[in-house]
Amino acid sequence: MFTMTNYVTVGSLEEAYALLGKNKSNKILGGTLWMRMGSQTIHTGIDLSQLGLDQIVENEEAIEIGAMCSLRMIETHPLMNEYFSGIVAESVKDIVGVQFRNCATIGGSIYSRFGFSDILTALLALDTYVELYHGGILSLEDFIKTSYEKDILVKIIIKKEQIKGTYQTERLSHTDFPVLAVAVTKGQKGYKISVGARPSKAALAYEAMHYLNTRDELGEEMIESAVHKVIEELNFGSNMRASETYRKHLAKVLIKRSLKTLSY
Amino acid sequence: MKIKVWVNGKLVQDDIAPDMTLFNYLRDKGYKSVKCGCDTSNCGLCTVWVEEKAVLSCSVLAMRVDGKHVTTLEGLQDEAEAFGMMLASEGAEQCGYCSPGLIMNVLRMKRELKNPTDEEIKAYLSGNLCRCTGYMGQLRAIKKYMSQNGEA
Repeated sequence: MFTMTNYVTVGSLEEAYALLGKNKSNKILGGTLWMRMGSQTIHTGIDLSQLGLDQIVENEEAIEIGAMCSLRMIETHPLMNEYFSGIVAESVKDIVGVQFRNCATIGGSIYSRFGFSDILTALLALDTYVELYHGGILSLEDFIKTSYEKDILVKIIIKKEQIKGTYQTERLSHTDFPVLAVAVTKGQKGYKISVGARPSKAALAYEAMHYLNTRDELGEEMIESAVHKVIEELNFGSNMRASETYRKHLAKVLIKRSLKTLSY
Repeated sequence: MKIKVWVNGKLVQDDIAPDMTLFNYLRDKGYKSVKCGCDTSNCGLCTVWVEEKAVLSCSVLAMRVDGKHVTTLEGLQDEAEAFGMMLASEGAEQCGYCSPGLIMNVLRMKRELKNPTDEEIKAYLSGNLCRCTGYMGQLRAIKKYMSQNGEA
């Protein structure tokens, strides 16, 4: 468990950002689920829960998810089940249990860029952006590649598009972290393949995507070639949950399954 | 820090440490049904409701519930007893340690799901661990309980 000297429920993002910059060990509090597993010393914990960031809204172009939305909200919200083939809602369903998902926030999950993140894997296979208070709007992919600069994640923006998609994971037990996570989508611009929990954080397999997107039809052999390219271009590693070899094997199976589902 | 919270409908005001968890706060106030089984946000034993949502009290800071309504098993005694009897009559329990958390989540599920399938029940309760049993007795009791009409 962390220790914390002070707790402030802020009235504005401006106030939160000013407070965040005041002390190196001031932190934004999400659901505090991962934070409590560590033992860091926090000076001031900054609570954003009174800023109305717990809303999922639809506009002309996008679905916008406030940073303080719980994973359970994302799982059950009609918009999240209506759009994006439901893969965002699907991606959170096996994360521990209902009570956990009522606490965990999307802001906490995405800002932390967890390697094991289910939702990061799913969002990366969509046209997703993050809005930072100071840094403005940038693509999710750019965001997860950048180094940690202290900022406040305000919302997640997913551009609406007609897609078909699948989200698949392998877990050692039902509610555990994924050993491997795969999200594949097929939209107007073609296929996107996102692979997470390798165990490093989710990444897109560009060579495989380019290969698929320059073919007219998808046959068994092409699927095999694409799967092979994913294994070649992304790094897979070992940790206490699974070896690199096992992860590569899983990736082949899950990506193949996903492509077969989407190619019909 | 100052906190004002309704616990089982009763308004309480306190001065607490900013890093105190809701779990420790409730235990200190004497709500001993709330227990900590795993200390890793995984077992569901510490489940309470905040504004009618089931949460893990071990992972929520007490300051987060300032101005909110918290419900523990002590505040749901009639319902808890009714369902507890069903658990007992199905021989579901062995040590019974995990029951308060399970009951809190089952009572919540009763309010949120209508006529759930076995799979939906299992998905809803997957964050409640029991280390004695294989969950079969619990599932029998839960299905009976869920099929009862009316608000629990």
